[in-house]
Formats: sequence, structure tokens, C-alpha cells
Amino acid sequence: MLIRLENISKYYLMGDQKIPALNGIHLEIAQGDFVAIMGASGSGKSTLLNLLGCLDRPSEGCYRLDEQEVSQLNADALAALRNRKIGFVFQNFNLLARTSALENVELPLYYTPGFTAAERRRRAIELLTRLGLKDRFHHYPNQLSGGQQQRVAIARALVNRPPLILADEPTGNLDSRAGTEIMTLFRELNAEGITLVMVTHEPDIAAYARRTIHMRDGVIQ
Amino acid sequence: MNFWLILRLAIRSLSRNPGRSLLTALGIIIGIAAVIAVIAVGQGASSALRNQISSMGSNLLVIFPGSSQAGGFRGGAGTQQNLTQEDSEAIQRETHHLVALSPVVRGGAQSIFRENNWATSLQGVNPDYLRVRNWDLQEGDNFTEADIRSGTRVCLLGNTVAEQLSPGESLVGKSIRIRNMPFWVLGVLAPKGSTAWGQDQDDVIVLPWTTLRRTLQNSRFNNFSQIIISLDSLDNLDAVRAEISALLRQRHRIATGADDDFTITDMTEITQTITQVSTLMTLLLTVIASISLVVGGIGIMNIMLVSVTERTREIGLRLAVGARRRDLLLQFLVESMVLSGIGGLIGMGVGVGAALVVARTNNWPVLISTHSILIAFIFSAGVGIFFGFYPAWRAARLDPIESLRRE
Repeated sequence: MLIRLENISKYYLMGDQKIPALNGIHLEIAQGDFVAIMGASGSGKSTLLNLLGCLDRPSEGCYRLDEQEVSQLNADALAALRNRKIGFVFQNFNLLARTSALENVELPLYYTPGFTAAERRRRAIELLTRLGLKDRFHHYPNQLSGGQQQRVAIARALVNRPPLILADEPTGNLDSRAGTEIMTLFRELNAEGITLVMVTHEPDIAAYARRTIHMRDGVIQ
Repeated sequence: MNFWLILRLAIRSLSRNPGRSLLTALGIIIGIAAVIAVIAVGQGASSALRNQISSMGSNLLVIFPGSSQAGGFRGGAGTQQNLTQEDSEAIQRETHHLVALSPVVRGGAQSIFRENNWATSLQGVNPDYLRVRNWDLQEGDNFTEADIRSGTRVCLLGNTVAEQLSPGESLVGKSIRIRNMPFWVLGVLAPKGSTAWGQDQDDVIVLPWTTLRRTLQNSRFNNFSQIIISLDSLDNLDAVRAEISALLRQRHRIATGADDDFTITDMTEITQTITQVSTLMTLLLTVIASISLVVGGIGIMNIMLVSVTERTREIGLRLAVGARRRDLLLQFLVESMVLSGIGGLIGMGVGVGAALVVARTNNWPVLISTHSILIAFIFSAGVGIFFGFYPAWRAARLDPIESLRRE
């Protein structure tokens, strides 16, 4: 199992009141799976994705990522884990402005010890070429279309060869054609063995996944 | 991440916004430029002041003979007749840092030109006297070594004396009488004004000391009232004093432990005052300039805070892809250091330039010390670290989830 959540709960404190966001979640995701998480806003799907991405720690419960217990790790260890095991794809791309596509893709490698500048560049070129952006290496994000920007972001997510990609509404800011392109790309990546977990509220996007999880009020239905 | 990588990233992220980076560094540029220019001009001015005061005679040493003693009765300072021509020659020969030396034999007499007469003091000296005293001739020429050797009856008139004997008419080339003996007037000295204690320095007649001794005082002895010496620099004052003292003790055969039979005086008090004034001046200017550096530093802090707020999403993203909090702290800290460091470098250029312009246009001496440049650069980097720390700390403390959500 790549991901194993046991009895995960998450509360937020509002004054002295506990607001539950996740209520005793059990979830297992195997290596090579492609999971879509659906649910209304406030259902806890974003909180779940943040926990899976090690950006947040559960209030209660156990989270094993790649056979490693992560719920008790400190901030630096979590940072290292995110760097090596997880690639993030966001709805609004989150590319650095006034920074070339190549440099955006290289970004995670700056935080991986032991990479030389040449190796970083080689990997970025390789990925951008593969994602069909061969002639866009030195373009800034604002010179790229939405679909191209999202592909740069996906290249960035892939650059450290993580086993897991987490995507938060990856097609939310794209037209349907670009959206379809991205989902086709996800399918290809999944076929190569990369595990994908994707939050979406569009059923036809969720349809690309192997399975769909529905959430409501902090629990999986 | 190693330091060079962070440095390169910092430079890259600053160059993404060159206009703003330059504006931010402007405070530091002005601050450092002010420090360097002000110190350069200040030190230049104080050295000019020193030179000026030196020209008034602060770099002088005066040697008096000791007091005479005859059976319990002690004369005052300078009453002994043991400061001789040979002493003077020995000092001239063997002392370092010496610019000029002249013996002085004092006297006084009534001087007469036609219907005018005037009682004045006489200074019997050698031709170097004018150099020692930094005294120019208003007209005419100085006497020479030949006049000393032969005791010629020639003289130079102080401005007051010339004015009293012959108002409105030049006396150069004319003959006046001193103690009823005719003397050729070779020149008239430029006015020097009063001393600090109110004595008119121009009320004097300067003549060869041999003439004064032999002709006017009817004396065979070659002893002097004083020997007056000018030095190349005030800094060597103590060394020269010691040298002369040792030389004279040896020449006068004074046993170890016995008192000197001569006195050496200098203008230490004036020198100290000058040094104090110039130190105070530089300090004051430096304080003023430092304030502008602090203001520049606050400017950097301001912009870095804005930059952290503006780049919240970038910070969130970096955290998400694996940056540790310390990486971000370092990134922003290095950014502000680079800003203030580059500001410091530009400031140095501007400061040196400004100092040179001041020097050129106002004809002021300017001293640019590597010392002040070094201090300014270290200071500017320090300002970067000090004022960059708070914004960097704010950046490193941000929550990745919140930051990524920020629009």
C-alpha cells in the first residue's frame, strides 16, 4: 500500500470550539491507483488532500506513506518527504512569475541535496520535451496558455520522480479541450505506474480516474 | 542548499524586479555615499586645518639655554650662555625631520629714518629664519649666508616698523639708522599680525645674527638666545625632541641623572586642540551619516516586508515542493544582504565621486581612506542582515496551506 490512513481526524480550533473537518477516515490507496475525490465544498476533501500531501498533520490517527509513519514527523522531515515522494498540481498552476518554464520545473530540485546545475537542467529539458513544450523552454508563464502552464506545473511535479502526484482541481482553470489534454496526460502517467490522487467536482473529469471517492461532512461515503 | 546557490537564487529573484530593487537599495546607496563623502571631506578639512595651523607655527620647536647660577643666585630661563653656534650646527647636521633651523639673538634699539624714529626689537638670525617662521617677504630680498659670514649691516623690516618709519613710501634699497649706524633695508616682511596673546609680530627688525652680536652688541661670543626649528610634521615632534635633547646633553657633557642645562618648548597645547577638534568634527559627521544608513536599512526592511506579503504564494509553493523553513529564512536574508551589499558598492562609487567633485569644485582637500570604505561596506552588509531578519523570519513562519490559498 502506498497510502494507508487509519482513523484519521482533523479538528480546527475556533476560539475554544473544535470544528471537525475530518471524522475518522479510513482509506487505502495502492501503488498505481488513480483516485478522484469528489464532494461539496466544506466536505473535507481539501483537508484530506493537504494531509495526504504532508502539508498538514492529523489531529488524530495514523498515516503511513510508502510504509513510513508520517503523522509524527517534524517539519524538516515532512519537507524532505514532500520533496521526494509527492508532486503537487494546483488549480491555479502556482508557477513563479517572470521565471522561465525551465527554471520553474527545476524548482523542487533546488531543495534536493546532491543535484548539480547541469543535472537539474537536463531533467527539466527532458520533462518539458516529453510534455510537448520543447519550444517553450524560456517562456515566462504569462507567455503560455493555461494548458501549457498546467503542463509546466505537471513537469515540475514530476521532476523529482515521486511515486505520488496530488492534484487539486487540475482542470478548474482550463477550457474543456485543455482539460481533456491534461486528463489524457494523467492517464498516461498512471499507466507508467505513478499513483494519482485528484480532487475535483466535475463528474466527467472524475470519470478519468480508476475509482472515485465521495466525501460528505468529513467522512467518506 | 549551499550558500552559492542561495546567493544565485537571491540575485535572480531580485533581478526579476530590477526597478524596485534599485529603489530599495537607494536608501543604502545614499547612506553609504554620505558616510564616505562626509568622512573624506571631513578628514580632508581637518588635515587642511592642521596644515594651516602648522603654518602659524605649531610645528616649531624652540630651544632655550638653561638658567645661570652664581653662588646660590639663579638667573631666569635663558640666562646661561651655553647655546652656541656649534650646538646649532650640530643640531642642523644630526637631527632628522628637520625642515629649517635658525638661531635667534635678541636685542632692541631705536631705529631712525629721516624725521621718524621708532623703538623696536631686533632679531638676529640666519637666512633660514623666514622659512622656519613661514614668513614671506612683501618686497625686496632676504639676506644671505655671505651676510652672516661678514656681518654686513643689512636688515629686513617688519611691516609695523616700515609703516612707522616711512608711511606710504617703500624703504627697500634705502638706508635707515639703527643705534645711529646706517643699515641697508633689503626687504620688508609680509604682515603676520598679532600672536594669540596680543603681541605684534610685525614690530621687529630682522638682521643677520652676526651683525647684531658683533656690531650692535659689541660681543665676541657666539651664543644664542634661542634656536628655533621647524619640523616636517607634528607627528615627529616627540622623536625630534628626544633626539635634540640627547644630542645637547652629550655636547654639554651632562652626567646621567643630572638636569638639562637647556629647555625645549613646543606648541603641544595647540597641537592637542587641533587633534581634538578634527576628531570631534569627523565623529560628528560620521554620526550624522550613520543616521542616514539606519534610515536606508529601515527602507530595506519595509520593502522586504512588502515583498514577503506579495510573494506569499511563492513561499507556499516552495514549502510544498520541499523547502525547509530555514531555506526560506536564508533566501530572504540573503536577498536583503545582496540588496544592501550592492547598494553599498554603488554608494561607495557615488561617495568617492561626490568627494572628488567637492574637492574639484571647492578646491578642498579630500582624503578618501580605505579604512572608511571598508567600514562602510561591512556596515551596509550588517544593515542588510539586521533589517532583513524580521521580514525573512515572517516569510519562514508562513503556513504553506494558507499561503497557497492566498490570491
